[in-house]
Amino acid sequence: MLAMQKLSHRLANPSNFMALSGRLLPLCCGLAALLLIAGLGLAFFGSPPDYQQGQTVKIMYVHVPAAWLALMIYALIALSSFTLLVFRHPLADVSAKAAAPIGATFTFLALATGSLWGKPMWGTFWVWDPRLTSVLILFFLYLGLMALRASIEDEALAAKLTAVLSLVGIAILPVIKFSVEWNSLHQPASVMRLGAPTIHPSLLWPLLVMALGFMALFAALYLKAMRNEILRRRLKSLRKVAATGAGAALSQQAAV
Amino acid sequence: MRLVADKLAVARGNRTILAGLSFELEAGDSLVLTGPNGAGKTTLIRTLAGLIPPAAGALWLDGGEPDQSLGEASHYVGHLNAIKSILTVAENVGFWSRFCGGAAPQRDAALAAFGLSQLADIPAAYLSAGQKRRLGLARLLLAPRPLWLLDEPTAALDAAAEAALAAAVAGHLAAGGVVVAATHQPLPWRNQRQLRLEPAAPGP
Amino acid sequence: MSAFWQLLGRDVLIAWKEGGSIGIALGFYLVVVVLLPLGLGPDLNLLARIAPGVLWIALLLSALLSLGRLFEADFEDGSLDVLATGALPLEAVAAAKALAHWLTTALPLIGLTPVLGLLLNLNPDAYGVLLATMLAGTPAVSFLGAVGAALTVATRRGGLLLGLLLLPLFVPTLIFGIEAIGAALTGADSFRASFLILTAISLAAVVLAPVAAAGALRFQLQ
Repeated sequence: MLAMQKLSHRLANPSNFMALSGRLLPLCCGLAALLLIAGLGLAFFGSPPDYQQGQTVKIMYVHVPAAWLALMIYALIALSSFTLLVFRHPLADVSAKAAAPIGATFTFLALATGSLWGKPMWGTFWVWDPRLTSVLILFFLYLGLMALRASIEDEALAAKLTAVLSLVGIAILPVIKFSVEWNSLHQPASVMRLGAPTIHPSLLWPLLVMALGFMALFAALYLKAMRNEILRRRLKSLRKVAATGAGAALSQQAAV
Repeated sequence: MRLVADKLAVARGNRTILAGLSFELEAGDSLVLTGPNGAGKTTLIRTLAGLIPPAAGALWLDGGEPDQSLGEASHYVGHLNAIKSILTVAENVGFWSRFCGGAAPQRDAALAAFGLSQLADIPAAYLSAGQKRRLGLARLLLAPRPLWLLDEPTAALDAAAEAALAAAVAGHLAAGGVVVAATHQPLPWRNQRQLRLEPAAPGP
Repeated sequence: MSAFWQLLGRDVLIAWKEGGSIGIALGFYLVVVVLLPLGLGPDLNLLARIAPGVLWIALLLSALLSLGRLFEADFEDGSLDVLATGALPLEAVAAAKALAHWLTTALPLIGLTPVLGLLLNLNPDAYGVLLATMLAGTPAVSFLGAVGAALTVATRRGGLLLGLLLLPLFVPTLIFGIEAIGAALTGADSFRASFLILTAISLAAVVLAPVAAAGALRFQLQ
């Protein structure tokens, strides 16, 4: 706990963060590549096809980790938002802003793979299965965050309002999931479920490896996005200073 | 009753636009803020009202009610008049009066002081700009507050209305209140301490 | 405490005088419900089956229309500044305005619902439970809507953005409302649970939403 606090203190200085992330980034990329290749290998060659679903069950190895990541990333955004509002950590907003589009993409990936998985099974590209529905609503939450941020010109204000929205979102997310589950339990219509087959060790390992690979991939993208954002902000403030300097020079010229 | 600022720093967005500001205002004092646009007059007034948290330093009211924030002890009249167009003059005054804990005699007195008694049943949408400003200022007289924070109070006012404002402020100061006002024009009451704000010089 | 009721009274008075905006919400509600049979065909059995859901959704959309302006007028004429500096906490200000919205928009919409139910051939047994779920669930709509309204008060394109922000928040209320109606009609055990959860969500929204809304408003007043 104390170590975490000291780390976050040190990282509050963007330059320290840039230095640390610069070293971590190639590691994360390498790790991601390694794990994903290993995961896919295990998925296709190490685990048996499902007796009902055939090879198409392998989509699960992308769909399930993607859905996990989508949820984890939203939790990360909520945590960053909390840190922004309560501790005013300088990098908290950079974290939230960088993570949102990546989270939205993972969510979309989960939706797309879920859709592809459903097609051979049920003949349609979409089913209102509880998990897919929850992921769809999570996608809207992400879109809402990004749209809100884009609609506010003042960046500092946008940061705070987006933080409030993400905290409201994380509070209501369990309620949404619960309500969607409830809905599927009580609807009289036949329940379609994209359940993973009962987890057998040979199925579990590829899933975990893929999940870790996705996490490493996210870490790489996230660090890169944060670095980009820090650089963009630096550029912006340099431009501002240059503009006011030029303005002052202009008014001095006019006065003379 | 004193308003004290100690090394106050005021920020707009992420930028600190005023720093190291210290003053003490005793009962009966009025502070007039002048300076070009963008210097921070409105931001300082809004900070005194409690709408913007100070970036640094301390700000407090000595001798006010305990547990009362600066905003609760003040009447803030900003650029906007805080009146609802669809309600009549009397309804607007009635709402703010009851919201701020004032009583009926003060409502009538406020309308009379700013020459709005004849207009009481007219929807605020039909008022001229000057009349709307007078209605916005009338809020000052609805309930007693130690601190009056005024942002360009005389904008859109004619001579008679300015005199009305001057009388109201004089009465407030005589009763031991404090006034902080931001303005571009000279303000029509006596005993003013001046504070000129300059915009920050551009730098790295 | 008196200040809270004064603010509530003022907002109700304004809504009453401005009759037009309630009229628009009711009109929109009517239009959406009328479009359904026109679009889906007049199969009465089909309409009867989907009527509760259609009415709930149309109600949500109509409420959405008026939520965007919840704080806008006060923000633009400077009233919000004065309300924020007053003795009433900003959370209570937000709660008063959300309550005023419920009284002046949600209740009239609920009042029009039985008439619209006729248009959709709503099951006669469903009228009571439909209105009960709406009464229990619309506080969540008004109060969560206040959070969305607070977040978008200063942006120009608030209207469309508000829909995107609020729709996920309305999902639990919608689901439990429809569930309760369905369970009541089939006599299932889950009616009680669904209705209680619906009410619980509304109560939680009434308590927690003003905090989020006030936070959002404070940031925009700075």
